[in-house]
Amino acid sequence: MTDSTFSMPAPHPKERRLIFENISKPGYDTSLETYLRHGGYESLKKALGMKPGEIVDAVKAANLRGRGGAGFPCGMKWSFIKYDDGKPHYLVVNGDESEPGTFKDRYILHHDPHQLIEGVVISAFATNCHLSYIYIRCEFPHAAKIVWKAIQEARAAGFVGKNILGSGFDLDIYVHQGAAAYICGEETGLLESLEGKRAYPRIKPPYFPAVLGLYMQPTIVNNVETLCHVKHILRLGSEEYAKMGTPGDGGTRTLCVSGDVARPGFYELPVGAVTLGELIFDLCGGLRPGRKLKAVIPGGSSAKVLRAGEKFKIKAKGPDGAMTEKEIDMLDVVMDAASLAAVGTMVGSGGVIVMDDTRNMVQVLNNLNQFYAHESCGQCTPCREGSLWMSKITTRILDGGGVEKDPATLKNVADNIAGRTICAFGEACSWPTQSFLTKFPEEFSAASAKLLN
Amino acid sequence: MGMNERETQSGAQVAKVTPEFEAQAEDLISRYPVSRRSATLPLLHLWQNTFGSIDDSGVEWIAARVGVGPVQVVEVITFYPWFRRKSAGRTIIRVCRTLSCALAGSHDIKEKFCQAVGVDPHSHSHGFGAPPPTAPDGEFSVEFVECLACCGSAPVALINDDLHERIQPEDVPAIVKKYQS
Ligand SMILES: Cc1cc2nc3c(=O)[nH]c(=O)nc-3n(C[C@H](O)[C@H](O)[C@H](O)COP(=O)(O)O)c2cc1C
Ligand code: SF4
Ligand code: FES
Repeated sequence: MTDSTFSMPAPHPKERRLIFENISKPGYDTSLETYLRHGGYESLKKALGMKPGEIVDAVKAANLRGRGGAGFPCGMKWSFIKYDDGKPHYLVVNGDESEPGTFKDRYILHHDPHQLIEGVVISAFATNCHLSYIYIRCEFPHAAKIVWKAIQEARAAGFVGKNILGSGFDLDIYVHQGAAAYICGEETGLLESLEGKRAYPRIKPPYFPAVLGLYMQPTIVNNVETLCHVKHILRLGSEEYAKMGTPGDGGTRTLCVSGDVARPGFYELPVGAVTLGELIFDLCGGLRPGRKLKAVIPGGSSAKVLRAGEKFKIKAKGPDGAMTEKEIDMLDVVMDAASLAAVGTMVGSGGVIVMDDTRNMVQVLNNLNQFYAHESCGQCTPCREGSLWMSKITTRILDGGGVEKDPATLKNVADNIAGRTICAFGEACSWPTQSFLTKFPEEFSAASAKLLN
Repeated sequence: MGMNERETQSGAQVAKVTPEFEAQAEDLISRYPVSRRSATLPLLHLWQNTFGSIDDSGVEWIAARVGVGPVQVVEVITFYPWFRRKSAGRTIIRVCRTLSCALAGSHDIKEKFCQAVGVDPHSHSHGFGAPPPTAPDGEFSVEFVECLACCGSAPVALINDDLHERIQPEDVPAIVKKYQS
């Protein structure tokens, strides 16, 4: 069985590993025995001695935000479920991990399945769920086996199944494999897929599966990493957990860095601990010899691109408490949700893609456009047609068939997708085009115009 | 298609399904106590892993098991790129096409794989249940897939169930050799 043969260097002084603490230890394997030796299922024991509402409150106080992309406050999402409404509740784990640039859940699923299972059992106990599915993309065939084996082990030891550790709480957990469609990462598409259908995202409202989810019952959908954090919140206490992050965004977050850096990989950091510049030049060892930074996509392929040298005016609190405006370079942007939103992009799924000065931005955008054209589920006309149209235009610009007005057409198409679709894929596929055109207009006009006549 | 043909087809697949397969299918269905229909994807995976592709007999067998019409199974097959109606090569090489891998040279890697196993580098699957491009001897298929969530060690490829990372063009022949029968 071969899988990603990653080796994690010793943590950088700025790192703080909760989720990846054990995974990076030599000799750490996926067995229950190893997990128990590392303090496994202790948080679950603690949780079962608490009232479910207290766990929800602890997660709220910890300021845990979803790690799947949208960054929604986890405790708030859970509180949309009415504990005693007499309906069956379900907990669905989003392990579809398919936003380009993101590769953290892969390592959790392959190397620390019990950490996820412990998070799932605690979370299900808090929200009165008795049936849970872990949706894993089928391109992780080993992960599906590893997680399923871990569930059986946990069941045999009384951590899963009937009357968990004598508490009277029952929970069954199963693994469900996807079939290579990106849209299954969108939570309502995922639920349709789990129901045995095409993964067509559902029309909103209702805005949350907590209202109508799997089998039209209240359902919690959370990302793999998010649920792992729940265990650490109980272990450390909400206060200490929240303290690690920024106000409103607690704990640690895993940033995955790929592209043109010397040391790509994943880095677990307290939320807001580093700026983009520190991440690239300090943790990732900078660019390759002789190369210069050109562009960064900071939060998965859908996040709007940042251009090297770009300056932003942001509002900051001065020492006297008054708000002042100051100018910062893109390298000084802090890698947290609020700071990235303030400069018009997002931390999203934490996938940071770095490009150096040898890269052609039309080519880069075309690569992304092809991804979105391939992955649109096809339900909404603007998304289905628009994503394909954008991909055709960038392809033709590259192939030498571009015309002067192509950049304007591209922008027009993108502007007419975002906000007009059933799911957020519409935004996800427009943002790259919109931002690349705004940030690198000269490359697009040169590539299109030079081909006139 | 007349009723008799349908029945003949169904008769043909019953022969294919062993008691062992049947037991595996039942086990999968039992994991969805609320709705049998949820077992559609798992049964499609099981059928494809066992028989190589999902032909009409598979569609009908699964439809009957999960309690939907055959068209609802076909509709699922044609939506998900993983499923195919016709068999692919014995070994399937899936090279990541998406950005981080492309920056690291995955397009060149894919071409090298195609050349090494005799698949036309310009052909691609048309989706909707079509199998990936396959060499004439049926040994290998090669296709591009989207981000495999291993971008930090790009370029990567999934070969059957195994992930290969940081593939260099010169590694390709040795990798292919491992899978040659
Ligand atoms: C197009 C699209 C793709 C998505 N892909 C993923 C994914 O691969 N993994 C994931 O956890 N969330 C993904 N999401 C976000 C989910 O819809 C959902 O917000 C998330 O699973 C909720 O979990 P969290 O609150 O723990 O982050 C995607 C959203 C959209 C719109
Ligand atoms: S926005 Fe795109 S992906 Fe989302 S439902 Fe519409 S067509 Fe499907
Ligand atoms: S881009 Fe290839 S694994 Fe993500």
